Amino acid sequence: MLLLALDTSTSAITVALHDGSGVRAERAVTDARRHTEHLAPLIEEVLAAGAVAPAELTDIAVGTGPGPFTGLRVGLVTARTLGFALDRPIHGVPSLDVLAHQGSGLVTGDLLVATDARRKEVYWAVYAVRSGRVERLSAPAVDRPGDLEDGVRALPTLGRGPLLYPDLFLAPLPVHDVSAGALAEVAVGRIRSGTPMPVDALYLRRPDAVPSVSTKSTVPDGWRGA
Amino acid sequence: MSDSGQPLVLGIETSCDETGVGIVRGETLLVDAIASSVDEHARFGGVVPEVASRAHLEAMVPTLERACAEAGVRLADLDAVAVTSGPGLAGALMVGVAAAKALSVGLGVPLYGVNHLASHVAVDIVEHGPLPSPTMALLVSGGHSSLLLVPDVTADIQPLGATIDDAAGEAFDKVARVLGLPFPGGPHIDRVARDGEVTIDFPRGLTTGRDLERHRFDFSFSGLKTAVARWVELRQRAGESVSVADVAASFQEAVVDVLTRKAVDACRTHGVDHLQIGGGVAANSRLRAMAQSRCEAAGVELRVPRPGLCTDNGAMVAALGAQMVMRGRTPSGLDLPADSSMPVTEIQA
Ligand SMILES: Nc1ncnc2c1ncn2[C@@H]1O[C@H](COP(=O)(O)OP(=O)(O)OP(=O)(O)O)[C@@H](O)[C@H]1O
Ligand SMILES: [Mg+2]
Repeated sequence: MLLLALDTSTSAITVALHDGSGVRAERAVTDARRHTEHLAPLIEEVLAAGAVAPAELTDIAVGTGPGPFTGLRVGLVTARTLGFALDRPIHGVPSLDVLAHQGSGLVTGDLLVATDARRKEVYWAVYAVRSGRVERLSAPAVDRPGDLEDGVRALPTLGRGPLLYPDLFLAPLPVHDVSAGALAEVAVGRIRSGTPMPVDALYLRRPDAVPSVSTKSTVPDGWRGA
Repeated sequence: MSDSGQPLVLGIETSCDETGVGIVRGETLLVDAIASSVDEHARFGGVVPEVASRAHLEAMVPTLERACAEAGVRLADLDAVAVTSGPGLAGALMVGVAAAKALSVGLGVPLYGVNHLASHVAVDIVEHGPLPSPTMALLVSGGHSSLLLVPDVTADIQPLGATIDDAAGEAFDKVARVLGLPFPGGPHIDRVARDGEVTIDFPRGLTTGRDLERHRFDFSFSGLKTAVARWVELRQRAGESVSVADVAASFQEAVVDVLTRKAVDACRTHGVDHLQIGGGVAANSRLRAMAQSRCEAAGVELRVPRPGLCTDNGAMVAALGAQMVMRGRTPSGLDLPADSSMPVTEIQA
C-alpha cells in the first residue's frame, strides 16, 4: 500500500505518505488563507521525499471537514481529481476524528475537539479515549463556544478553539491543526477494517443564500472591470 | 505530443456558475462538457457564490469523466492542462485551479493558468480558425463589457474601453427583472423582443458630446436600466398597460446600437478589419444581426462563435491553453493562485 493523505480543513495545509507500515513522509504549511497555493507543491514534495511516483500510489485519503468551506474544498477537489486521474480509490476521514486521534496519546478518558468555524463559532465533537482507542461520542456540530455545556468545555480540548476562546475552553492541549500523518494512520486502519469512508464535504452549514439584487451584486469589487 | 504534432489540451473553467471541461487538439475542438448550477441560483435572482462553489466541487469529476468519455480521450494522452485562474468568484475559481493542479501532478503534465477574458476571445480559434492580427474583440457578458485590441491573444491584449458601471449582460438581467422575466434575463428579453417593436427611444450612454470625447470606447448601461425602470413605473402608475415586448425590443435596441456603433468605430480608428464578439451577450440575436450589417457596411469581417461557446465554457480555456503550448510558453507554477481580479492584460498567470 502507498497511501497519500491530505487535509485542508484547519489552518495547516498538510500532506503525508503512508506505506502500509508507517508514515514515510509528511509536510505541512500553516497559512489559513492560501490553501490553493500550497497544497499541490506539498504533494510534490512529499512524493519526492518518499521517492514515489504519482502512478505508484494505491490510495488517496482526505479530511472531509468540517472546516472553513473554501479551504476545505481545495483538499476535497484535489483528492477527488487525483483519484480520478490515477484511477485510485479515495477515502474520506472526518477531520475532527483525526484531531482526536492526535490527542489519543496525550489523554485517557473523554476529550473535546473544537476547531475554528469563523463567525464566532467552533466545529466540535466529543470523543472517548480508552486504552489508546478513540470513539466518537457526539456527531460533529457547529455552535458558539459559549453554548456548549460547561462539562463539555471543561474537557481536555484539541484544535484552535482554546486559542481563540481561552476563557471558554479551560483545558487546552497543544495540538491545533490536523496532521496528515495522523490522518493516514486513521485511514489505513479504517480501510483494513472495511469501515465506509464517504468523501462528502461536512459543511454543517447551509450556504448564505441571500437573494441578490442582480446577477453580479454578490460579486466582490474588482471582478467586473477589464 | 501525439503523432499529429498537435497538443492535446484539457481546459477547466469555474469562474462563475458553470463547471466547464473542454478538450482540444491543437485548433480542433474535441469536446465541450458543461454542468451548470444556474437553476440553483435562479430563485435568488443572482449567482450565490457559495452555492456555485459547492456545485463546482460536486460537478468537477463527473464533468471531467464525461468530457473524456465523449471525446474518446485517455487522460494519459494529455499534453497539458489549462485552467481559468481569474478573473471570477474567488471561491469558485479555487475549485477549478485545485482540480487542474491535481491533474498536472497526477499525470505529470504542464499547467497553464489563463485569463478568463482572453479565453473568451481565443475560443473563436477552434470555431473559425486562427485569429487575424490584430483582431478587435467586443466582450460582452454578465460581468464584463470591453473593447479589446488583440494583436496576439497569447501575449498582447490592449483594453480600449470597458463599462464604467453595469455590464451589458447585467443590464439585460436587471431590466428582465423589472419586466417580470426570469433570471438570467438575457435570453428572455431576446425572445420576447422578437414580438415587439422599437417604439421607445431609450438613452444611449456615452455616445454624445463630452461623454463621447472622454469615453469614446467605454460603455455605460446603468442610466439605461434606470430609464427603463422609470418608464415602466410611470406608465403603471398612470394605469396604462405596458407592452413588455415593445419595452424589451426598445431596451435591447439601445444596448445593441451602442455596442455595435462603438465596436465598428474602434475597428475604423485602429485600422482593424476583423471584429470578434464573445461573452454570453454575443448569443443575442439582435446583436448578431446589427453587428453583421454594420460590419458589412464598414468592410469589417465579423466573427461570432456559436452561442454555446460564447457563454462560459471549458473549451475556451483549452483553446487558449493549446495556443500557449504551441507557442512554447513557460507553464505556470504549481503554486499558481486564483486571482479574482486578474486584469485582462495578464493573459497567463
Ligand atoms: N440571448 C441573449 N441576449 C442577451 N443577453 C444574453 C443572452 N444570452 C445570455 N445572455 C446574458 O449573458 C450573461 C451570461 O454570460 P456569460 O456566461 O458569458 O458570463 P458570466 O458568467 O456572467 O461572467 P463573465 O463576465 O465572467 O463572462 C447573462 O447576463 C445573460 O443574461
Ligand atoms: Mg464569461
